[in-house]
Amino acid sequence: MDSEYAIEMLGITKTFPGIIANDNITLRVKRNEIHALLGENGAGKSTLMSVLFGAYAPDGGEIRINGNPVRIKDPNVATELGIGMVHQHFKLVHNYTVTENIVLGREPRRSYLTFFGKARGDETKVNPARGRFSLLSMAAAEKKVRELSDRYGLSVDPRARIEDITVGMQQRVEILKTLYSDSDIIIFDEPTAVLTPQEIDELMDIIRRLKSEGKTIILITHKLKEIKAVAEKCSVLRRGKYIGTVDVADVSEQELATMMVGRPVVFEIEKKPAEPGDTVLEVKDLTVCDSQGTQKVKDCSFFVRKGEILGIAGIDGNGQTELLHALWGLCPVHSGSVLFNGKDITRMGIRERVEAGIGYITEDRQKYGIVQGMSISENFALKNYYTPVYSSKLGIIDFTKMTRDAETAIDEFDIRCGQGAQTPGGSLSGGNQQKLAVAREMSMVHDLLIVAQPTRGLDVGAIEYIRRRILSERDAGKAVLLVSFELDEIMNLCDRIATISKGTIVGVSNAGEITAEEIGLMMAGVKSAKEESDEQ
Amino acid sequence: MSSNEKTLKPRRSFIDWFLNSNGATSVAVVLLGFLVAIILVALVGKKPGNLLRSLLISMVGQKNNRGVWNFRYVGETLAYSVPFVLTGLTMAFACRVGLFNIGGEGQYVVGMTVAQAFALLVKPFPGMWIACLLLATLCGALWGGLVGVLKAKYQVSEVVATIMLNYVALYGSRLISLNLPGANTYKTGPLPSQALLQKFLIPTSNLNIAFFIMIFACVVYWFIMEKTRLGFGFRATGLNKEAARCSGINVVKNIGLAMAISGAFSGLAGACVLLGGAFTSGRVLSAQDGYGFMGIAVALVGNNTAVGTFIAGILFGILKEAQSIMQTMDIPKEITYIIQGLIVVFIALRSGLELIKQQRAKARVRKEASK
Repeated sequence: MDSEYAIEMLGITKTFPGIIANDNITLRVKRNEIHALLGENGAGKSTLMSVLFGAYAPDGGEIRINGNPVRIKDPNVATELGIGMVHQHFKLVHNYTVTENIVLGREPRRSYLTFFGKARGDETKVNPARGRFSLLSMAAAEKKVRELSDRYGLSVDPRARIEDITVGMQQRVEILKTLYSDSDIIIFDEPTAVLTPQEIDELMDIIRRLKSEGKTIILITHKLKEIKAVAEKCSVLRRGKYIGTVDVADVSEQELATMMVGRPVVFEIEKKPAEPGDTVLEVKDLTVCDSQGTQKVKDCSFFVRKGEILGIAGIDGNGQTELLHALWGLCPVHSGSVLFNGKDITRMGIRERVEAGIGYITEDRQKYGIVQGMSISENFALKNYYTPVYSSKLGIIDFTKMTRDAETAIDEFDIRCGQGAQTPGGSLSGGNQQKLAVAREMSMVHDLLIVAQPTRGLDVGAIEYIRRRILSERDAGKAVLLVSFELDEIMNLCDRIATISKGTIVGVSNAGEITAEEIGLMMAGVKSAKEESDEQ
Repeated sequence: MSSNEKTLKPRRSFIDWFLNSNGATSVAVVLLGFLVAIILVALVGKKPGNLLRSLLISMVGQKNNRGVWNFRYVGETLAYSVPFVLTGLTMAFACRVGLFNIGGEGQYVVGMTVAQAFALLVKPFPGMWIACLLLATLCGALWGGLVGVLKAKYQVSEVVATIMLNYVALYGSRLISLNLPGANTYKTGPLPSQALLQKFLIPTSNLNIAFFIMIFACVVYWFIMEKTRLGFGFRATGLNKEAARCSGINVVKNIGLAMAISGAFSGLAGACVLLGGAFTSGRVLSAQDGYGFMGIAVALVGNNTAVGTFIAGILFGILKEAQSIMQTMDIPKEITYIIQGLIVVFIALRSGLELIKQQRAKARVRKEASK
């Protein structure tokens, strides 16, 4: 039986405890088509693809590949069926070469008889020898990798070590992995999350090239621009349900967004111009090393004033985490200083920082932000439970007052919870956990708010809410330092933008005087356009 | 919010209640342990009724030939439970702060040794037992706190450190005790009467005021954990160390302090066993008593709460007292160890119940979706 569809997923249902990730979803992808799968975080895109890739067994529904019903019980079956996946988080061994990574698990072999003499078999053929006692034949693999790289215009050096190449190149290695195993269907899971704007453009070219060579592409994303740029069809999921499939050429970005969210979306939040006051936070020549002694942050200097938002733009892994940890006292500062309201806080303890008036909304709320096993009220008081607000002189805590205050915060910040202030933090959804962390930080007396990745993994409603809250903090005269990997978020919220690349602040500009493309270049480590023209 | 709460709360069935209640699971686990033991006794051709009778006697006492109730067994049961509960509190306290204190045994030995050295070397004075208990508690705390400092400052695994220190404590104790006045290879000279714990209520048994001290320790445990800011910091540290640190809680200090408090309970247990025992001389230990290790099981069954640990400790006391009664009734006393072992194994059922809970949640969602 032959079909014009490469993939048909019919009526797929997958439930997890507490949620239906996929509710009777149907996805049909034609052969040699670029098909986008659009949905917010938590809409069920990744679950659906995991079902296709054999990572999860569906509770119901049928999968057909090229018209033939199949049962994909693990990823090996998927690979045999010609399905390859480029994961969002690369699965690469860092101190192996490109070729070694690509052949991992299916190493090319030749007979040990050929060890001393010239190879008798076809050296270019991968796996001419079978059996337990055979030798590795990297030459053949390297040749194949080079051929594939040339054919698809990936320009990857097969001998380079993964740790020496850029994130964009690492992604191409992942693509080569799927090509090496002769996949006809390639799934890209949020491929642009870790790329600079320029790298994104190059990736789009690669995807088009793959299509022209006859591959079928599924692109999982929540970014509308990319869909408009490259996809032909687009299927939309919302809260685990299938909403519809459209021809991308026939719809606008606005219409796609409405399908994704279920209501019209405000792309940009209106804001008043900033009225900056005195400097609150000043960072001077800050250098931070990790436990191995490698410099993760190098000579960073910047300042944040009252009533403004300073954004730090950059790609994940360029020293943002270390910078934040150093500012918060979680890891030691190697050299340089941090001044808060003119006072040196470089080596101050964390509790003193809280008391001095710094709020910190952490990037990883599950790990650093909230205690899952404690109730909302206890989490709400996590930073000031020991103060006279909740604690008597003898050290006895007034839990009644704690609950009362938490209930006020639940109302004010619209935290949705099952059992009021006694709900365990761990049973809240991601967005509500974030609201809880935001509520705690904003309810405490503070002059400076450090906010890291405030909207990661949240749905559009929560994103809008939290962004508005951050803006209202600014309007209330607080200083805000915002670190985000989402360039849109930075462009949208910040009054000034500092760009970080490889641990160094490569430039600070006022918002409105710089374009996303310029920031993109700086993120990639290229000097700012202005500096370059100065040098000429 | 409160009106919301009412509408959101679904009607809960018995199964839901059972699955969500840690106490109920513990009780079920214990009953299951006894059930298997009964089957086992029947299989080896003995009378299961005798097993139950001996357990009952150790719980409520026995009517003698003249129709008078003899409560001696109950007294012994309660006396035995004292060290079980105290070492249980040791393990439970550490667990609540995210630590695994295997060193209850060592802290127990240190407490016992210090108490007997003090009692034998210092000129007796009225109320000497109070000084002995306090000193034992303090030294147990130091012994545990040492591990806490190693863990907090130098990231030494508390499991390895406490196991090692158990041996240091045991052989150190022998070394010291052998040099105490009147010592031979298994006991020291008699302890002064001022150092012994007062018996009460059932003079024929060993039941002594250590029982009240133990109850007081449970109250202290509950109060620190649930009511004070110290306990708040401990719980936060135990549940999510990183988040606690990030919120300004001094995690390093908490770990050191928690190990010390944890060790104090076992140090106290050592002194209680020594000064409240049937024999009035000090001991030269040739092997570990095993109370510290039983404490791990007690805390496990008691789910690391004060009340739970108390009840579990009493249960282990019943089993220990039942041993001697069982032997008179032709039941091998080893069956009690089997029951203890089974209970600990069945505790693992909690994870199984977690799976059932997830399955039920899944089914419920599916049902709601199909509506």
